[in-house]
Amino acid sequence: MKYRVRVWRQAGPTAPGRLVEYEIDDVTADMSFLEMLDVLNERLQLAGEDPVAFDHDCREGICGACGVMIDGVAHGPGKATTTCQLHMRQFDPADPIVVEPWRAAPFPVVRDLVVDRSALDRVIESGGYISTRAGAAPDAHALPVPKLDADTAFEAAACIGCGACVAACPNGSSMLFTAAKATHLGVLPQGQPERYTRARNMVEAQDDLGFGGCTLTGECTAVCPKGIPLTAIARLNRDVLSDAMRSA
Amino acid sequence: MLYRDGDPIADTRAPQGPLETRWERRRFSSRLVNPANRRKLTVAVVGTGLAGGSAAATLGELGYNVLSFCYQDSPRRAHSIAAQGGINAAKNYAGDGDSVHRLFHDTIKGGDFRSRESNVHRLAEVSTSIIDQCVAQGVPFAREYGGLLDTRSFGGAQVSRTFYARGQTGQQLLLGAYQALARQIHAGTVRSHPRTEMLDLVISDGRARGVVVRDLVTGEITTHLADAVVLATGGYGNVFHLSTNAKGCNTTAIWRAHKRGALFANPCYTQIHPTCIPVSGDHQSKLTLMSESLRNDGRVWVPLQAGDGRAASQIPEAERDYYLERMYPSFGNLVPRDIASRAAKAVCDAGRGVGPGGLGVYLDFADAISRLGRDAVAARYGNLFEMYQRITDEDPYQVPMRIYPAVHYTMGGLWVDYDLRSTIPGLFVIGEANFSDHGANRLGASALMQGLADGYFVLPAVIGDYLADGPFDAVDANAVDEAEDGVREMIDTLLSIDGDRTAESFHRELGRLMWDLCGMERSEEGLRKALELIPSLREEFWRRVKVTGTGSELNQALEKAGRVADFLELAELMCVDALHRTESCGGHFRVESQTPEGDARRDDERFSYVAAWEFTGVGEPPVLHREELSFEAVRPTVRSYK
Repeated sequence: MKYRVRVWRQAGPTAPGRLVEYEIDDVTADMSFLEMLDVLNERLQLAGEDPVAFDHDCREGICGACGVMIDGVAHGPGKATTTCQLHMRQFDPADPIVVEPWRAAPFPVVRDLVVDRSALDRVIESGGYISTRAGAAPDAHALPVPKLDADTAFEAAACIGCGACVAACPNGSSMLFTAAKATHLGVLPQGQPERYTRARNMVEAQDDLGFGGCTLTGECTAVCPKGIPLTAIARLNRDVLSDAMRSA
Repeated sequence: MLYRDGDPIADTRAPQGPLETRWERRRFSSRLVNPANRRKLTVAVVGTGLAGGSAAATLGELGYNVLSFCYQDSPRRAHSIAAQGGINAAKNYAGDGDSVHRLFHDTIKGGDFRSRESNVHRLAEVSTSIIDQCVAQGVPFAREYGGLLDTRSFGGAQVSRTFYARGQTGQQLLLGAYQALARQIHAGTVRSHPRTEMLDLVISDGRARGVVVRDLVTGEITTHLADAVVLATGGYGNVFHLSTNAKGCNTTAIWRAHKRGALFANPCYTQIHPTCIPVSGDHQSKLTLMSESLRNDGRVWVPLQAGDGRAASQIPEAERDYYLERMYPSFGNLVPRDIASRAAKAVCDAGRGVGPGGLGVYLDFADAISRLGRDAVAARYGNLFEMYQRITDEDPYQVPMRIYPAVHYTMGGLWVDYDLRSTIPGLFVIGEANFSDHGANRLGASALMQGLADGYFVLPAVIGDYLADGPFDAVDANAVDEAEDGVREMIDTLLSIDGDRTAESFHRELGRLMWDLCGMERSEEGLRKALELIPSLREEFWRRVKVTGTGSELNQALEKAGRVADFLELAELMCVDALHRTESCGGHFRVESQTPEGDARRDDERFSYVAAWEFTGVGEPPVLHREELSFEAVRPTVRSYK
């Protein structure tokens, strides 16, 4: 099959960017979307042109490295999926595929489809952990955790930090990302001592980093590859509010 | 000449005396560094997976000044994140007869008696603390309704000792380590350098004193000095091009340390995982693992008759061969990985494979679904089933999965002693990057255990003994210049060749060659052929590779080319190692050394040793240093899972 793709090319953070159209032959239905880009890049290199830069690593949907806007949708067509898990059978060869980087003020473009998402690391560094030291832990069975709480924590902890929620949000908010971490740690008994300060610190950090405010449009959860629910945000808001009332 | 014999390795620094108390005694004998002095000591940790992430975090907690490097854009993305099934620990929470000694015993046996007793016993001891540590961090392990931790079984064990978080155990453990690391970054004890690749090791006055790195965004080459260097850069399975490793996984850090003098041990010990999604075409860029945990409930079979082209559902029970259950009745579908992989290859070679090209066997959940119900199966394996369907467009609830073995893990790695020291003073190696604990075959759910054991508990306890002699003298400026110049020269050369083949195409060719000649089965003839082909492919690479762009920008083609160049050198050492070891053991199967039934035949008389190789030059015969293995607690026997 032959596909046409329009890819965002931008040589560097301050260089102007533009969409460039390429035709790619010999695409098979079993090929993944990134393998299609591999084919394009192989051809570009042999022609002496710079290949399209894009982030990717595990190619099985868990590392969170990959992520592009495909026809205006973060991670493209398909529910609860990452870019690397798309296959060409999901695309109609009749239509050109438009591929662009994440666009959000705190995610500056590094090159082509690669953006700098280190702001998400700063959010976690501001409090997204339980303060414990290696070697200091009590026996794992000393503190039973109700299964439902453990399951809720797991579902939130499944966040892969890809940034699709930010890219999809009209406000460029990282609220779903932050809420996932606040939920993961906030429902576990081990996470209670720091629960409210954690929520406050992470929300303050994301504000300082230039992420937008959350207006609960729900675009984030619609594109989240791990299906982090919007209720996580409600939980975070409640913790932030509780914190404000406690310190008032 | 294939290789030269060198001096045997006389001392592994393991404490003497009863096995059960060695680790305790080492922890006491290891010198400490007082908290005020730790601040003055810098440790560079390369890699942020389970081993590197947990080590950097823990060294930070102890108050050392830590530099952390990873090639990914965030330390949270290291490939440990993709581990699915679980982590072993001798907690005996299931009350089914587990103990530290049993985990030790299973691991020694699983490794086909090619690992060190002292190290493995320590690993089994530390395993229980890992679970405690991770639970305290908030790792959401699977729990039972009573609120206690759930466990499951894995290959090579008859107890249920594997802790898990659905099919995403590696992710959850890595995020635990990443969060501990984030806390230390916030506290200022750890400085994080993402998108940074180590390209050489700085050695001054005989000690490892820093790393030369390339900033992958700007291309800038810089040197970071330290009092000790820790490599936690993972395995080299991507030498096969297609593997379950992430695309970026590479051998560069450990290979360049090897070229600086660190011995490389057992490079031929590679693990082929039995349950991966089969290759679908030439465009394939990587292989996807289906967790071994699936073998708890899935039954492996092929048609009884060769060339049976019917759909799985049309083949009646009597015409199916559940060959693992037939051949290994006591372990059945849960035999260790090397055995399951080879059995799959054997039935496919006999023409009984299924799917395109006949390179696949069925992993069937029909019985489990009728016994437990669809919901219970979905709760255990839902995400794996989903992943399978996404890739193959087939629904495993309706039709059996098709699986085939793929390269997954490398047991070999840089040689380390009991204290995780390489042969270069000040260079420590942890996790998959070292060779130490898994012998010739790693058991499922033991990689996560080893990575975290090394990072949270072992390295922090032993590194002080080395650092107690520091801070060391100023680094020789010439050593830094020489290392940086070498790195720049290699990059300039790669960019200047301007040939007509991409690095990717060389990688693919190397991978195919290695899979065919140094993969699941190795023969003298095949390995000799590989040893002719690899040097000529390497020569061609340096003549014909084309790398676009410049060195002073984000250049993924350049990154790739440097990694492939190193794989082209490592591949040769792997084949030399595989050729010299004329026995079969664990993941290393020599066709010349098998029983009449086709099982691996070990040769303890001649090969009960670790083969540690010294680099003497590219294409030059390496020097073999033997570390003899002795067994006191477990007597080597024929490894039987029948």
